[in-house]
Amino acid sequence: MKLRFLLPVIAFGLLFGVFAFMLHRTENEGYDPKLIQSPLLGKAAPSFRLPKVESPEQFVDSRDFAGQMYVLNAWGTWCVGCRQEHPVLLEIARQQLIPIVGLDTKDELPSAQAWLAQLGNPYTATALDSDGRVAIDWGVYGAPESFLVDAKGIVIYKYIGPLTMQVWQTEFVPRIQSAQSLPTKS
Amino acid sequence: MKYFSVVTVLVSLLFSAAYAIDSESFEDPELHARFRKLTREFRCLQCQNETIADSNATLAVDLRRELRAMVAAGKSDEEIQRFMTDRYGDFVLYQPPFAPRTFILWVAPGLLLVGAMITVFVIVRRRSQLSTVDAEGTDTP
Repeated sequence: MKLRFLLPVIAFGLLFGVFAFMLHRTENEGYDPKLIQSPLLGKAAPSFRLPKVESPEQFVDSRDFAGQMYVLNAWGTWCVGCRQEHPVLLEIARQQLIPIVGLDTKDELPSAQAWLAQLGNPYTATALDSDGRVAIDWGVYGAPESFLVDAKGIVIYKYIGPLTMQVWQTEFVPRIQSAQSLPTKS
Repeated sequence: MKYFSVVTVLVSLLFSAAYAIDSESFEDPELHARFRKLTREFRCLQCQNETIADSNATLAVDLRRELRAMVAAGKSDEEIQRFMTDRYGDFVLYQPPFAPRTFILWVAPGLLLVGAMITVFVIVRRRSQLSTVDAEGTDTP
């Protein structure tokens, strides 16, 4: 009989606990229900062959990076978060730990070239994906997005949103170091 | 006259809910119906609570273009579905697959219904027992 009156209290307590837990994760652990785990993780990186922004008569081919780890950074000059992220990419490029391949998506060549000339070019090569077709293959749905591809061509990590040095140090660097058998030059 | 303009506005509002898709139609009505049906089965990931048919986000426009090309190329629904889930995961499907990790999702409504029915049954029975006890217990003049 008493249990019957306790039931609403228990139900309330359970709901309260679940909500508090999820809010805690959102606040402190960067949980975002809008982020979708990429089905690409653990699978082969999609191949592409696209004009190179730096010299449009040349091509950027995904096979150019076979046998080495690289970061693929999807961006566009229309993307506000990418402008915010850009200094971080320049800093990462300065570390010379790993090549960064740019995937400039849904963009035009002159604006992409102007962007790189104006803000600096952190990319080993930038592929111009003007119609966004390659970005679809990579499952990009909100630039900037950064993929870490290992030497076997497998996508091992994806970060959605503007990179920060903190994210780079905590999420990317340990994965790069553990995947590289040889110690990296610092 | 006033009424007429109000009615005009209301009628035009009725039709303003047309789909973003209409500019990309097929001439063949059968293909077009299939294309429209497919665009409503997938979620746009840029604005996550709209279908690809309803959304005007650039990604939705691009994905409609891809879907259109695949329908035109005669791809099966399964192939098209795999194209989408390979890239965006099960989240892109409005109807999630029945798998171990989605088991609770599919079974929960049934369990809730059964639980509610049992609860109602128990309450009703207890009440009816209570009332028969009452009836026997009361003194009739």
